[in-house]
Amino acid sequence: MTTSKRRSFREPSLLTKILLQVAAIGILITVLFPIIWVFSVSLSPLNLIRPDGLNLIPKDATLEAYLQVIERPTGNPVSFLELAFNSMKIAGGTALASVSLGVLAAYPLSRLAFRGRTFIMLVILGVLMLPAVATLAPLFVTLNSIKLDLPILGTFNLRNSQLGVGIAIVSGSLPFAIWNLKGYLDTIPRELEEAASVDGASQMRIFRSIVLPLALPAIAVTGFLGFISGWTEFYYSWMFLTQPRDFTLAMALSAMTGTYASAIPWPLVSAFSIMLTLPPAIVYLLSQRFITGGLAVGSVKG
Amino acid sequence: MSILTRINRRSLTPYMFIAPAMIVMAIVTIYPLIFQFWMSFTNYGLANLRQGAPAPDWVGLENYVKILTSELSIPNYSFLRLFLYNIFWALSNVTIHIILGVAIALLLNHPGLKLKRLYRALYVLPVLIPPIVVATTWRNMFNQDAGAVNMLLGLVGQVFRIPPETFQLDWLRQVEDPISFIPLPLSYYAMLIANIWLGWPLNAVVATGALQAIPKDLYEAAEIDGAGKWASFKTITLTYLRPAMVPFAIYGFVVTFNLFSLAYFMSSGGPFGRTELLVTQAYRLVNERQLYAVGAAFAVVLFVILLTISLITNRLSKATARYDDF
Repeated sequence: MTTSKRRSFREPSLLTKILLQVAAIGILITVLFPIIWVFSVSLSPLNLIRPDGLNLIPKDATLEAYLQVIERPTGNPVSFLELAFNSMKIAGGTALASVSLGVLAAYPLSRLAFRGRTFIMLVILGVLMLPAVATLAPLFVTLNSIKLDLPILGTFNLRNSQLGVGIAIVSGSLPFAIWNLKGYLDTIPRELEEAASVDGASQMRIFRSIVLPLALPAIAVTGFLGFISGWTEFYYSWMFLTQPRDFTLAMALSAMTGTYASAIPWPLVSAFSIMLTLPPAIVYLLSQRFITGGLAVGSVKG
Repeated sequence: MSILTRINRRSLTPYMFIAPAMIVMAIVTIYPLIFQFWMSFTNYGLANLRQGAPAPDWVGLENYVKILTSELSIPNYSFLRLFLYNIFWALSNVTIHIILGVAIALLLNHPGLKLKRLYRALYVLPVLIPPIVVATTWRNMFNQDAGAVNMLLGLVGQVFRIPPETFQLDWLRQVEDPISFIPLPLSYYAMLIANIWLGWPLNAVVATGALQAIPKDLYEAAEIDGAGKWASFKTITLTYLRPAMVPFAIYGFVVTFNLFSLAYFMSSGGPFGRTELLVTQAYRLVNERQLYAVGAAFAVVLFVILLTISLITNRLSKATARYDDF
């Protein structure tokens, strides 16, 4: 009797199998439903006032919404590529700045004993608790009071510039980068560094030729996370920027949806959403193993 | 705890590494926070913004008093309602996320299920979509005239011969509460649905990881000892899930508590500010109302609330010790 019971533990009945499969497919439908709906609406012709039914492929399916998005998604004379380039500059610049400064700071915090270490870590931890919105007012006011006069860029208000937005983003992303990279460095065994130290290598040498290569997965992951949050950053750019040539993808999407539901350009918003989502999603899918590895280890804060 | 390398106490090496980041952080993070604290005791407003404009006046605790006693001169503002709703929003979401996440992880871990890898890969798709796109999409899905949700309800209703006009719900703007004895607007339920869609997959991923770490012979041993399915679920499965799920639940609580995108883009806080969160209110004070000083004080209040929450959750996570910690 025990044997048959154990067999039943390993071999579920056909009915159980069918029920499990039905449940899994049911869940899959709820997951995919909004995604498929957006795809379907994005294929509708531009003169569609509002979607009038649930069709996988809409009547008169066309790609004209995508063409319109590429050419001129909003009322402003800005193309998708220009918006994407702005988002790319902000996302890439902030990710690069916070990761390169972050890894330098993470090294002594993880490895070296020095005066002020605990204090610095407490400050970083405290700052990490704040959501980005919480520093909006002082950053806006402070950056607004700075007028820059640079050789190539000319005279401009720091607040009303992508540089200002980048500074505001780094204010939150740098503490995160330091903390995440320190968490990862803590998990790397230090025998190699000790050996190098015995051999008389300087701290700079150890950092450059041992720690940096070993921390590469975490650096890539932290950079990627920073890039993604910069790619769709909204609070600061929406608050700071006023010139259409500076606008980002997230700002354009928000502007398109507008306040009045009846005025939603349905196919355009849908096509834009897809084109905004695809680049980071593709990068994620291509580097999935790499990323989850670096994250899982990096998140051990112990 | 890690062992730190002892180096010459007077050595400047650590400071050389950390200095660039600290200088940048001091300017772009710490200084604004201190400035914010100072601002919160003034009446800094639009008039003080222009270059050469007069400095704001010191008003002491006035901003804080106005925030906490709901005396701000903006429509639909009540601090207590905002705070209680925010707590309830986070709690209700996380509870559902965890129950669903664990249930679906159990399904994905069942030996009788085929195509597990395919399901696992597709179930996490919502996580890949930027928050602003998720919020915009769900806002459109819940549109009264053309949204997919009302259309789907109409199609299902047809089966039961209910006329489709019944399902012309104005999800995000309806003023009357759908359930008369629960004081929550319809937009809360719409946002709850959207956030469940967004939230359970990561919970399922974490729970799946924890489930796979359970040694299979434990179940067989329990079965031989005559334990029923429910008993072995309670004693084995839940025991192993807890150390993974409790920290993740706390993390999820904080994330949901501060979830800007849905409250801002989906319902715009409506109707009558009843689905506003503390973070969206903070943003509106600065962005729409240009009440910079009030916004600064509001951010300080928000910081105190988050600090309290993290102190409480720290206690909680220590109280539910890990099974492998002795």
